[in-house]
Amino acid sequence: MAEVDSGPVEPQARHVVYCGVCTLPPEYCEFGGTAKKCEDWLKEKHSDLWEGLYSEDAVTANLSTLSVSAQERAAKDAAKKEAKAAQSEARDAEKKAASKVLIKRVERNKRKYVTVIIGLEVFGLENKKIAKDLGKKFATGSSMTRSPAGAEEITVQGDVSDDVRDWLLEVHGDKVPEANIELIEDKKKKKAEAAV
Amino acid sequence: MFKKEIPSSNRSKVKSSVQRGLRQKLLDTYPGFEPYIEEIMPKKASLEAVKLPERTTLYTIDSTPLFFQPFDGPPIPHLKLIHAYPNALPTIQIDRGAIRFVLSGAALMAPGLTSPGGRLPDSEHAIEAGQVVAVKAEGKNEVCLVGTLKQGTEEMKAKGKGVVMDEGHFLGDGLWRMILD
Repeated sequence: MAEVDSGPVEPQARHVVYCGVCTLPPEYCEFGGTAKKCEDWLKEKHSDLWEGLYSEDAVTANLSTLSVSAQERAAKDAAKKEAKAAQSEARDAEKKAASKVLIKRVERNKRKYVTVIIGLEVFGLENKKIAKDLGKKFATGSSMTRSPAGAEEITVQGDVSDDVRDWLLEVHGDKVPEANIELIEDKKKKKAEAAV
Repeated sequence: MFKKEIPSSNRSKVKSSVQRGLRQKLLDTYPGFEPYIEEIMPKKASLEAVKLPERTTLYTIDSTPLFFQPFDGPPIPHLKLIHAYPNALPTIQIDRGAIRFVLSGAALMAPGLTSPGGRLPDSEHAIEAGQVVAVKAEGKNEVCLVGTLKQGTEEMKAKGKGVVMDEGHFLGDGLWRMILD
């Protein structure tokens, strides 16, 4: 999301700054569930706005307009929301740490292979877009397919597993840690070798 | 209306004849956009339609959301468009206590508007039921909700209770969080 951008880029349009954390206009951050983080973000990026919103006068002026009981209820609600947001974030991080991106080399026809990539969506990448990018990068067919179980995966023609890994680390290295990428050779092939 | 996250769905270019029609319709519904229409929808720009749930269509130009149109209703501007041109729509104001309910998707109720913190237009500028209004909040500058009124403003003042607006587009809902690129 663009931070200092709203509507068409023309002189008449007003530009509204949106919070980089919760995407709301900063004055509504307190209702977004991540108030603390939003405040830090605003202080860092737009200190002038921060002055106006979080200075002591502003805060007390905000509070005085509500009755005490309503204030308490609102505070309780906000705390609950914040806890929920923090919880879901923690869960997300855990999930990310536990899951792996599998890059599989699957034998298609003796000496021909396809590379199957599974598990990118957990890391916030969009399978369809990555598939397109990979196709462009390697100049091969590349598509998002659904495995029989219904999970999304990317199938790239040709054996490019090492290149895919390097590319992922280079382009999306900030999202996918190296330790979470795993290369797998197809099992079928090993069986075939064992049979010979 | 958009409480849930909206999955990114397919989009399509809008025919230029349809685009002209939409532009006219937007101007008819919101005369306030008249001075800005060239900026909002330049004649040359290619408008894209994105399908949303519940037979609603969102219109965008270059992944900037402009307005959405329910199947059977008038077009409603996206909040980002309203933020850019805040004077284009009639505005009412809710009190501070109501903000948190509105931002979590509750229906807007009349007491939030008739209380001291709220503001309604005087009887000369009364807004009828069925009109689209933007809703500001006490102590805030930006609009936080937009939608169709279920009650006229005069009726609200007289009765002071009941649902004023449900199914609005509010800050932080699925449509707001939708990623368009």
